[in-house]
Amino acid sequence: MSMNALDVENVSVSHNGVLAVNKISFSVQEGDLLGIVGPNGAGKTTLFRAILGLQSYQGKIKLFGYEGNQYTTLLSMIGYVPQKVNFEPNFPATVFDVVAMGILSRKKLAKGAALIQSCGCCWNRIFQTSSKDSEKIEEALKIVGLESFKDRRISELSGGEQQRAFIAKALVKEPLLMILDEPVTGVDMDVQNKFYSVLRKINKENKITIVWSSHDLTAISDLATRVACMNRDLFFHGEKEEFFANKDLLKTYSESAMQMHMHKHDM
Amino acid sequence: MNLDILSYGFMQRALLTGIMVSITCSIIGLFLVLKRYSLFGDALSHVAFGGIALGYFLNIYPIWTAFAVSVSAALGMTKLRKSTKISGDAAIAVLLSSGFAMGVLLISASHGFTIDLFSFLFGSILLTSMQDTLTILAVSCGVIVTLIAIRKPMIHFTFDEEQAKVHGIPIEKLNYLFVALAAVTVIATMRLVGILLISALIVLPNITSIMMGKGFKKTMMISISLSVTAVVAGITTSYYFNLAPSGTIVMLMVAMFVGTLIAKHAGLFSTKILTNENNSLSSN
Repeated sequence: MSMNALDVENVSVSHNGVLAVNKISFSVQEGDLLGIVGPNGAGKTTLFRAILGLQSYQGKIKLFGYEGNQYTTLLSMIGYVPQKVNFEPNFPATVFDVVAMGILSRKKLAKGAALIQSCGCCWNRIFQTSSKDSEKIEEALKIVGLESFKDRRISELSGGEQQRAFIAKALVKEPLLMILDEPVTGVDMDVQNKFYSVLRKINKENKITIVWSSHDLTAISDLATRVACMNRDLFFHGEKEEFFANKDLLKTYSESAMQMHMHKHDM
Repeated sequence: MNLDILSYGFMQRALLTGIMVSITCSIIGLFLVLKRYSLFGDALSHVAFGGIALGYFLNIYPIWTAFAVSVSAALGMTKLRKSTKISGDAAIAVLLSSGFAMGVLLISASHGFTIDLFSFLFGSILLTSMQDTLTILAVSCGVIVTLIAIRKPMIHFTFDEEQAKVHGIPIEKLNYLFVALAAVTVIATMRLVGILLISALIVLPNITSIMMGKGFKKTMMISISLSVTAVVAGITTSYYFNLAPSGTIVMLMVAMFVGTLIAKHAGLFSTKILTNENNSLSSN
């Protein structure tokens, strides 16, 4: 039986007294690709930040069943790609330099591996155990299709290419779980499709558990194994087929997304 | 060229401290520039001025008091910024003026300015004593070794604070350590160019090398080379033409910056390509 990679139990987050996430509970099983949908401002990013230890919250969050110090140890083995990485535009880092930042020390990896083993879970390593850091970086760049870009400055890349570089940065740490927060919003279709094929590859071939938020329902129906739908509260969490069969849910989601769209145009 | 100048003890000390200080400033400066803390060095040097005045007032070796005052001011300001959310430039203004005011106050209390203070303001690399030389060398070595040890988390932290935090880097401790190292570097640099020109050593070689479009390691090496070249050439030229070394060094760095800027516009380095896609992403 597969284990839960992530358990979110009754989690609430408020910003200055305004409730952004309301008593949300769900679990992600090992190997799942959970697609989270919800309109802008639904609290998806806030929820992710709570999972990543960047935001205080009420409730319980467990990583592979662990809380407290062990949770913090495993946190560094999460590969996180935000909607937009805010870096200094003149930062003199090549794509290779950026991906290298993701490398975890052997000590940290060993500590995490011991925890994973003792809870009976399975850590699907992407690289050979004996791989040198530079080999891991080259390999990660190959997975995202940026091997010919490694000596280019990160700021010279397009938005979609930058996001792929950040995926590679998340991959070199050989993540237990990847959290992707609308990673390709505002990027053209062609780049999005390339990105989705990378996502499918790391989930299917490298068996990495992925939690991914997106507005792209077509992509969600193509790639996700499970779907969660939230707008401050959790409206649905379950099999993808069940979500797409539920016409009311789909209607509500598209209406709220449409309202958001109209609202943007009014402003 | 006549190399007689190398036979003078004061010149050997000047070149040796100059080279060490320029290497330290380049490395620490690259992080400061990328963290948008360029003027932090300037603020710290003004605080150091207060520390030096305190040393003269209490009759203690002024570099020690400068160390104590600058490091505690740097750490205190970092803490204050975090807890009160004062913006970076305002914090720098507060630090700069309060440090300098303290200096002026103490000097007036100890009956007038002395020639030594003038040399702290504008640098006096040729007057560096053996004690100063040894202190500066030890401090520079310490800062360089520490920065080499923390380079990986430091690069990650400078690039993206949140990602670094998720990665398990203790960013708060690292920030305090870095700020303390910056304070120490500034004091080691005071002898070379003086309080008023320290920013130049921290900022100019780095913004020049960043323009050349290389990766992190190469950018740092280029910045160090530019800085060492300017310092050695500056000290030598100023000796032969009887000019102020600090001004000469900084003007050489300015010339390198302007030269690189012109070369970049002439298309000698790869330029940044901003695509539509990039723009649309940033507008989200």
